[in-house]
Amino acid sequence: MKPTDIAAPDYFHKVVDCQWACPAHTPVPEYIRLIAQGRYSDAYMINWKSNVFPGILGRTCDRPCEPACRRGRVEETPVAICRLKRVAADFKDDIKQRLPKPPPKNGKRVAFVGGGPASLTVARDLAPLGYHCTVFDADPEAGGMMRTQIPKFRLPNSVIDEETGYILGLGVEFKGGHRIESMKALLAEKYDAIFVGSGAPRGRELDIPGRKAAASHIHIGIEWLASVSFGHTDKIGKRVIVLGGGNTAMDCCRTARRLGGEEVKVVVRSGFEEMKASPWEKEDALHEDIPILNFLVPVAFIHDNGKLTGITFQKVKAEYDAKGRRNLVPSGEPDQTIACDDVLVAVGQENAFPWIEQDCGIEFDKWHMPKVDPKTFVSTNPKVFFGGDAAFGPKNIIWAVSHGHDAALSIHKMLSGEDITERPLPEVHVSSQKMGIHEWSYDNDISNDKRYKVPHRDKVIALKDIRAEVELGYDVKLALGEAERCLNCDVQTVFSTSLCIECDACADICPMDCITFTGNGEESDLRQRLKAPSAHPDQDLYVSSDLKTGRVMVKDEDVCLHCGLCAERCPTGAWDMQKYFIEMTYAGSTCPTKSRSAA
Amino acid sequence: MRATLSVMPALVAGIHAFLLRHQDEDGRVKPGHDGLGIAGARMTYIAKPKFHHPGLKKNELGYTHRDYEGKISTLCAGCGHDSITASIIEACYELSIEPHRVAKISGIGCSSKTPDYFLGNSHGFNSVHGRMPSVLTGANLANRDLIYLGVSGDGDSASIGFGQFAHSIRRGVNMTYIVENNGVYGLTKGQFSATADRGSKSKKGVTNTDNAIDLVAIALQLGATFVARSFSGDKTQLVPLIAAAIRHKGASFIDVISPCIAFNNHAGSTKSFDYVREHNDAVNRLDVLVGRDPIAVDYAPGTVQVVEQHDGSKIALRKIDADYDPHDRLGAQTFLARHAAKGQIVTGLLYVDPDAEDLHEHLNTVETPLNSLEADTLCPGSAVLDEINASLR
Repeated sequence: MKPTDIAAPDYFHKVVDCQWACPAHTPVPEYIRLIAQGRYSDAYMINWKSNVFPGILGRTCDRPCEPACRRGRVEETPVAICRLKRVAADFKDDIKQRLPKPPPKNGKRVAFVGGGPASLTVARDLAPLGYHCTVFDADPEAGGMMRTQIPKFRLPNSVIDEETGYILGLGVEFKGGHRIESMKALLAEKYDAIFVGSGAPRGRELDIPGRKAAASHIHIGIEWLASVSFGHTDKIGKRVIVLGGGNTAMDCCRTARRLGGEEVKVVVRSGFEEMKASPWEKEDALHEDIPILNFLVPVAFIHDNGKLTGITFQKVKAEYDAKGRRNLVPSGEPDQTIACDDVLVAVGQENAFPWIEQDCGIEFDKWHMPKVDPKTFVSTNPKVFFGGDAAFGPKNIIWAVSHGHDAALSIHKMLSGEDITERPLPEVHVSSQKMGIHEWSYDNDISNDKRYKVPHRDKVIALKDIRAEVELGYDVKLALGEAERCLNCDVQTVFSTSLCIECDACADICPMDCITFTGNGEESDLRQRLKAPSAHPDQDLYVSSDLKTGRVMVKDEDVCLHCGLCAERCPTGAWDMQKYFIEMTYAGSTCPTKSRSAA
Repeated sequence: MRATLSVMPALVAGIHAFLLRHQDEDGRVKPGHDGLGIAGARMTYIAKPKFHHPGLKKNELGYTHRDYEGKISTLCAGCGHDSITASIIEACYELSIEPHRVAKISGIGCSSKTPDYFLGNSHGFNSVHGRMPSVLTGANLANRDLIYLGVSGDGDSASIGFGQFAHSIRRGVNMTYIVENNGVYGLTKGQFSATADRGSKSKKGVTNTDNAIDLVAIALQLGATFVARSFSGDKTQLVPLIAAAIRHKGASFIDVISPCIAFNNHAGSTKSFDYVREHNDAVNRLDVLVGRDPIAVDYAPGTVQVVEQHDGSKIALRKIDADYDPHDRLGAQTFLARHAAKGQIVTGLLYVDPDAEDLHEHLNTVETPLNSLEADTLCPGSAVLDEINASLR
């Protein structure tokens, strides 16, 4: 293999698995260290810069970082990254002084359709640069789906108010209760750019017999959640069936439990394991005595002259074809009817753009989705950008934030007369963390603790009050214990070939047998000759150039604990622990100099 | 209010020192935070993390090589002795040795500290300077069932304990005697030891004018039945040598050249990494085959010599020097002398007598370890004593 180019910004970024997996590339280990030090406000600001809604995401994020976390490959469970983010938000001081001040306006006007996470991210990035941002939303308050679709017992209004408030406080104009009905009309108002962050607002229908006749007790999940959120709906029947296996279904069933649903069941077509809902959301539903019945396909709503009495399901089983694709086929058992008073249909969401006229210069594809460039987020109308669920269909808040940053960069470049397809590289800092013999700027002693559970409110109390937040969050002590589980993967092991005397000290001390000195070869061959088996080929090998004996140093990044013992035992300083910090490119970032180097 | 100057990990590189007030809400509730104290106070290594690679192989006993570790080494970073420690760990792991069946015995010196760093669940005795061989001999006589690892250094064995070394070898004590040989007194800042080659230079540039003791040559002369030399920087050679020595019945001696990073790894030294790598003349490489493992067949014909030891374990010697015969004690001695004159360091398995006898056979002791004999067997009474006395009259 060729020697690893550690100057390439992506190499060390990939080693920080959590940050690499996060769509917004939040510097996770950096803020976890700050939490461990009690510097909650600093930890919050790092998050705020990167993912805009730390308090909201610390409660609701889909956590792509956690399955990626290296700790999960070393022991059973990853670091509770998401809930630590909430700790930063819970324990921070007043951070208003740290927010950008509204600058003098630059005369450019940008309109936003929808006031959800995507739009607010773009506005957050553009407002401090002097853009006049106007956000239109049909609802009276900002937040979009974060406010309407996520139940208050998971995400209190106070958190939404605070974090949307920080953005609106940058001088962003919010026009609530103002639904944009016509793109043509909006274009006619001569904004310099328009950002569409209107989400995926339409719940998918379930068109089976009885749907129309029994309509009064069949509700579309996200519409019903919004209605609950605004206080229009405050009760439901005693026996409720929730159809669907995603996170919306989990929110529906738990909400129903709080509005009078005594026998609430979730029924899914697929197997329990293949459900789209996050494992922890399923756990929370089960904890609230909500059974999840699987392999049942609804075939008809049963009603008595329009009054819903139940649903009939066909029993299915999973079969896998030659290509490993799953098909649900009838199991042959008799159909099952489950009695109920109300049904919540949460079988998916769709985009809907009835308000965008055909002659706006915005082209749509055959799935009726706008044609959007996945890097710049521009539509076929060079002044109109899309992001969040509106761009590529339903995803999560953190994706909307990521889209928002990129779209803001495009809008800023376009309005600065630059080519929006040219995306400046991120800026990378790598610096030694050595402070003395066996002393590092980070706590390199590895904690053996298992993942700490987040305390929950007592179930009896939680189920009585729909606004009582179920998760209470870590206290300071639990947060410290959990923070110490982080392996500091951003503190990189950096190897200098010229200093190595091949004494084997690093290979001997490494607790994970990551380091091997051996003859070079092709990657597939090298992976066979490592000290410990290479279980994850997607994890890179760090290969040195030729050493004096003709061998090379090969480090399998896979399960490195970043404990720094290799560097402590190295007599010549050929190993050093260096912190990698990547500044993602945001609107207004100055271009980094060409002479970047990693080591 | 108590206040301590504390050093905290920083957002940016650099040292941030500030007054840390001990408060309840501070969050530092675990030991290690409280005791952080002033900069530089933490001079010890962290304990080696308990986590190990999830794919580590297990030996026949279900142990990984991590289970054969001891405490974390406090030797200088990069010390050759730590590689020997790692090699002993590896050899014991590969042989599936039960750690509680091993007695590791040492004297004084950097090398003699190392038994603390391997086989944490074995018996150990850290004896007086140079007296490891006597203590080991005594222990072996009392309990012949244990595996004896004698760990010593060039000071411990070639100076203060030279006589002890000689007699334990001469008697054929069943042991593995490992000398971690760096040619200097590391603990007293690098004076030449008795194994330092004449003409080699100290770190300060002083030339050694004394002749060197070659412990391998002495061991051969004194009748050791397994004699080898190796290099701490070459584990592929060292690990099987240690394994073969452990399986050998009789006095096994391994001289391991182990560069002292602090005082003997410079130009002019003959025990530096560079010098040993340049002048290493390996006569053979070996694989130890225990139990049912068939001998690997991928050797070119005529290049492998199989040596079967008394316990049925086999050593497959891959010859590098085609003419070298490891069963020829006299040949080994001349070979060694000839190459030493050329400044070459001969390594590998230099001599082995697979049918060797040990001290217990010489003394005709009982099979049962003396320490497990009952009192009436050990002291059969005055009638037996009278009988013995009568036979001597």
